[in-house]
Amino acid sequence: MKEINCDVLVVGAGPAGSVTAWYAAKAGANVLLVEKRQEIGSPVRCGEGLSKYWLKDVGIPEDRRWIANEVDGARIFSPSGKVWEINEKDAGNEVGYVIERDQFDKALAELAARAGAEIMLKTWVKGIIKRDGYIRGAVARHMGDDLKINAKIVVGADGYESQVGRWAGIDTSLKPNDIDSCIQYRMTGIDCDRRYCDFYLGSCAPGGYIWVFPKNEDTANVGIGVQLSKLKNPGEVKHYLDRWIDKQPGIRKGKKIDMVAGAVSISQPLEKTVDNGLMLVGDAARMIDPITGGGVSNGCKAAKVCGEVAGEAIAAGDYSAEFLQKYEKGWRALLEEKQYRNWLAKEKLVTLSDKVFDDLLELLSGTKLERLNVLNMLNAVREKYPEIVKEFEDFL
Amino acid sequence: MRSDKEKCMYCGACVGSCPKNAIYLEETRVVFDEERCVKCRICVRVCPVGAISE
Repeated sequence: MKEINCDVLVVGAGPAGSVTAWYAAKAGANVLLVEKRQEIGSPVRCGEGLSKYWLKDVGIPEDRRWIANEVDGARIFSPSGKVWEINEKDAGNEVGYVIERDQFDKALAELAARAGAEIMLKTWVKGIIKRDGYIRGAVARHMGDDLKINAKIVVGADGYESQVGRWAGIDTSLKPNDIDSCIQYRMTGIDCDRRYCDFYLGSCAPGGYIWVFPKNEDTANVGIGVQLSKLKNPGEVKHYLDRWIDKQPGIRKGKKIDMVAGAVSISQPLEKTVDNGLMLVGDAARMIDPITGGGVSNGCKAAKVCGEVAGEAIAAGDYSAEFLQKYEKGWRALLEEKQYRNWLAKEKLVTLSDKVFDDLLELLSGTKLERLNVLNMLNAVREKYPEIVKEFEDFL
Repeated sequence: MRSDKEKCMYCGACVGSCPKNAIYLEETRVVFDEERCVKCRICVRVCPVGAISE
């Protein structure tokens, strides 16, 4: 069997994997980034809405290649059509992007490559190598051949369907109330307002929402996420979306040019993301925001820490779980409190009836938000509807 | 369990949701480990396109 040696093996070239590889290579480690698919970033599995404020913190340069549209804000629609419009541009704030995720992922892989990381495509990791209580690499298939990859540290950035963590004995399993099943069409020839990302709440998408994220003046990603515990029958999530589209004359008239399916975790943070010779990052580490279902920003923020700590561990020659705690502590300091708070908020929001969503958005429709984020929204809700946030107001 | 190749989008929703780690993706097919499967039907419900059946 062919053998390869590296310091850090990163499994999965999504945003979290590429940013990890980038920072580990920058720190001087010999990094191998492997991707099972033949093309990084494709097929896209994402709604492609991205906030902007965090890009600088991670050091990701903004690039016209992956920016499809810059929006002014968001509109949140209640079941009966009440709208809460949040215009960040008028508040003088940075706004959000609708991106081309395939281009975004490739741009991040380029950053990793320029920093010196090796990249292998069409490389399927089949298992990990464990010896003396340490993870010491992985076995993979590459273009029809078996491959043994010896590594001092393995980083599992293998997404929602992550296997690396499970093989290592880390419990990454999810409960049905902590999973959203999602489907999305890119539709062209529709009526949409490219200044806003739109969100539709209530029984059109139980335990989740429907989104319309405009790519340009007549094309948008139209998608849905529904909580798994609210789904009983095969293909039900698609039926929810199809039924909703059928009732929207401005969208129904469009044509579908792309279809995306997938699932996201809407869970509490994992209890453990490191072991001897192992770190988990991104969707594989269940870092998705439980309210928005967005995972790119959290994954990249954690990945910067993951890559830096991997680099330090290689320089120190210490790959123990104790040393890698620095990553565990680092990402928790950035993400954990917010993820836990938003998980509590999600657990509450999924119980609200259409009537409550209507009342809530009626009340909020006159409210101005300085910046669009879940914390500001929950604080606005608390002012007018304190009982909804009563159980977790300590976190606001 | 089985997955209908004509409907499957290879999105991995079933793989990540299986509480028993009894499903894995190969390049062109979804594989079910019948020995681990406890027939909980979570994969049937989570599949966004209804490709999985018993």
